[in-house]
Amino acid sequence: MSPGPGPGADPAVQHAGPVHVTAELLATKRIGAHHHLTLVAPGVPERFRPGTFIAVSVGESHLARRALWIHRVRPVGGYGAAVEVVVEPRGVGGSWLTRLAPGARLEVTGPLGRPFALPKEPVSCLLVGEGYAAAPLFPLAERLRERDCPVTLLLAAEDEAHLLSALEARRSARAVTVVTGDGSVGRRGSVPAVIDDVLAQAGADVVYAAGPLPTLHAVAAAAEAHGAWSQTALEVPLTCATGLCHGCAVPVVGETGVARTARVCHEGPVLRGDRVRWAELLAGPATAPATGPVVTP
Amino acid sequence: MTVELAGLTLPSPVLVASGCGGTGRELAAYAPLADLGGFVTRSLTLNARLGGPQPRIVETPSGLVHAVGLPNPGLEPFLATELPWLVQHGARVVVSIAGSSLGEYAELARRLGSAPGVSAIEVNLSSPDASAAGVFDVREPFHAASVVSAVQRDLPRGVPVLAKLRSDPVRVVESARTVLEAGAAAVVVGNALPAAMPDGRAAGLSGPAIRPLALRCVADVCAALPGAQVVGVGGILGVDDARSFLAAGATAVQVGTALLHDPTAAARLAAALHHDSEETAS
Ligand SMILES: Cc1cc2nc3c(=O)[nH]c(=O)nc-3n(C[C@H](O)[C@H](O)[C@H](O)COP(=O)(O)OP(=O)(O)OC[C@H]3O[C@@H](n4cnc5c(N)ncnc54)[C@H](O)[C@@H]3O)c2cc1C
Ligand code: FES
Repeated sequence: MSPGPGPGADPAVQHAGPVHVTAELLATKRIGAHHHLTLVAPGVPERFRPGTFIAVSVGESHLARRALWIHRVRPVGGYGAAVEVVVEPRGVGGSWLTRLAPGARLEVTGPLGRPFALPKEPVSCLLVGEGYAAAPLFPLAERLRERDCPVTLLLAAEDEAHLLSALEARRSARAVTVVTGDGSVGRRGSVPAVIDDVLAQAGADVVYAAGPLPTLHAVAAAAEAHGAWSQTALEVPLTCATGLCHGCAVPVVGETGVARTARVCHEGPVLRGDRVRWAELLAGPATAPATGPVVTP
Repeated sequence: MTVELAGLTLPSPVLVASGCGGTGRELAAYAPLADLGGFVTRSLTLNARLGGPQPRIVETPSGLVHAVGLPNPGLEPFLATELPWLVQHGARVVVSIAGSSLGEYAELARRLGSAPGVSAIEVNLSSPDASAAGVFDVREPFHAASVVSAVQRDLPRGVPVLAKLRSDPVRVVESARTVLEAGAAAVVVGNALPAAMPDGRAAGLSGPAIRPLALRCVADVCAALPGAQVVGVGGILGVDDARSFLAAGATAVQVGTALLHDPTAAARLAAALHHDSEETAS
């Protein structure tokens, strides 16, 4: 079992690359604090693997693109397959997206990034997701189940409204733990507070996590302490999301042990937790080095 | 629509601006590099550079503020991997260079000039975060001229030098004149404007926000130096923007931020301008 950093499955699809298309918004549905958008984006569903994302242009006047996890791919009558994304209307981009009406057209590139690497053998897996970022874990759980991997889920959110489909989670996992910041559903708490317990109980060999950076850091550290592999799906601002601008570089440890940077949109967003230099990443501008050796992928 | 620029024949007047095309591989998925006028690499330094810390780019109305810090693999790895790949894929490669000293510029020129597949050298004389990025901070036109002379001296004949200037409407004509006198074959007018990140770090501003300024600089240089070849760059997003720069006298344009918003932007512009020229011809 070695879920390395690279993609696992179908090599034909892997080389097909992302597409840039004008997508049509087929449906938009509000569930709790999130909006679920269904998009017809020809070429994207066929290439999707859990952990990949799409980048959307938020109108003409906002230049940076917004990344969205692909939550689901499902057939829609008359359109072939559609992709579903979960959007939290937080800032300018999120609010813009959630105000769109069905029929709207938007520029979409995807699927982008390296997906979660799947284990080659049926090993026990723990999936940790916080808020909307739990979205890619549902299709991941399906793939793992197909490979006979026992799946445990840890879902977290600030409150019930921000929790993604706990009901559905129970269908795809052997065990589900829910924590919310305000205790409105499940245990009151946070991922860093419970991860050690949940990990020990699940006896997981591999941990997959998606959420804010401090959460991912806690998961990666706990995994390391328990001797498990971790695959963390990073969220940092992705200006272009296509590898062009070098704006999304994060400090990592390279294969040969050398400190280098990795573009999250290109080598990630899923990176091995033990490869990310978390302390430096979380410290921000004050301590990160401005110069040094670079190894490009 | 072919254009003659600095002695080169390019199939399109649309080039990829430095720092906005990745290594070329990422862009090739959306735009065949052979169809574009040229691919300007991100600025290369002698030694590898990691670039600056996060956040590197933030959004601002009609623009992006960036302090990326010139990340690049350094000369040797570039020559070994990126350059051959670009050449193989039919790109006309313009290597952008940045040095911390005149000696470094000269060495870059010497090594790149003899590498097969380098169509031209673009000397980055206007990096908006130069001192933060640790490269030669070109503030006066005579500084720019001395860099161009140093590069020129060490380049084999036949490899033209493009000098990339800041779109500073007050100094741009004077800067253009001095670099042309120093041997530049053409000037690239318009880099990101000096700006600051929200936390105060030195940065550059790009995008449609800077377009009118870049256009003014291009128009001024073209009017003041009628024989000069000018490449216009700054905030070109749509085909009408590109047409304005060409109408102001530019021979070619570079597309940067537009690619970050839509990776197919350069290919779309090239196709639209090609269509324009066919209409005029018929
Ligand atoms: C790989 C990936 C997947 C994502 N998936 C989803 C998703 O499924 N649903 C969802 O609602 N959001 C998702 N995000 C976050 C989303 O892309 C937006 O960045 C976030 O919603 C903030 O943008 P805004 O325009 O709403 O806010 P604004 O405050 O207007 O954003 C301003 C700028 O900051 C950047 N930014 C701010 N915070 C973040 C952040 N945490 N991550 C990335 N960029 C940020 C934005 O891109 C933008 O350039 C994802 C981010 C990444 C990197
Ligand atoms: S966001 Fe532009 S390179 Fe990753």
